[in-house]
Amino acid sequence: MKLLTHNMLTSHVKGVIKGYPLIIKATEVKVNELEFNGQFVSRMIPKLEWSALIQAAGWLGQSQDLPSTLIPDYENDEEFLRKVHRILLEVEVIEGCLQCPESGREFPISKGVPNMLLNEDE
Amino acid sequence: MSGTDGLEYTIQLFYVFSLTVGCMLYTIHNTFDDIQNKLVADLGCGCGVLSVGAAVLDAGLCVGFDIDEYALDIFKGNVEDFELSNIDTVQCDVCSIGSSYAKKFDTVIMNPPFGTKHNQGIDMQFLRTAISMASTAVYSLHKTSTRDHIQKKANDWKVKMEVIAELRYDLPASYKFHKKKSVDIQVDFIRFTPT
Repeated sequence: MKLLTHNMLTSHVKGVIKGYPLIIKATEVKVNELEFNGQFVSRMIPKLEWSALIQAAGWLGQSQDLPSTLIPDYENDEEFLRKVHRILLEVEVIEGCLQCPESGREFPISKGVPNMLLNEDE
Repeated sequence: MSGTDGLEYTIQLFYVFSLTVGCMLYTIHNTFDDIQNKLVADLGCGCGVLSVGAAVLDAGLCVGFDIDEYALDIFKGNVEDFELSNIDTVQCDVCSIGSSYAKKFDTVIMNPPFGTKHNQGIDMQFLRTAISMASTAVYSLHKTSTRDHIQKKANDWKVKMEVIAELRYDLPASYKFHKKKSVDIQVDFIRFTPT
């Protein structure tokens, strides 16, 4: 599971009002190289919940001096875009779980795939 | 029939379509430029035929969504075989994700379940979700026989519908409950865009 994907995931457990962001508890993390594309990263940034990304990076020990709020004119800062590229697309959670911040319900991540399926009573 | 048999039946249909989805992707990429450097979602990705294709065509990232862990396992194998890094997957029920991903993706591509024996109307649920997720376009396959129904829905949902191609398949009988020797299926390849 990449952090670009994690940034979009929420918990839909019955009764939960804000199941976001899902807390990452990783037992295995991999970093896979992916060709840098500044334009793509630049376009993705406005779609992100930036603070959730920073939290996620922190949970994985990958904070790497990423600022807690977005810098202006980031589109032209290649060093910054490369850091964002790495955290969004190259860092992957292989094993672990995602925890709903409200209900505590855990969604397992196995072989890189988060399982967001709920039981019938949830 | 048990629930699992029903799922296997649906998955088998998907294998038949895998050659066509290659052509589908080529059109999306060459004619509409909706894959390269885009954030793409593949709803009901199964073994990942569409996602692998999108990744090979240089999607910025392609995220596959499917309910079936066995299909997703095969998906993983395909990703490894092709050594692709711009793919991700989520196991979930596409019919339950509602609007969590509203407009987050540039493009949604899919070969949805066709609403056969056990899941009538599922293709429309997939379509509805896809439209909410895509900011630019949704590309999907639907039975030609449902075209008018889909056009009505597209009007209700305020999306433009364009039938890009009509495809025909001859599916041989493979299960005991199949009464005919083979069945002719006509499918529309459709592009949906916000109006």
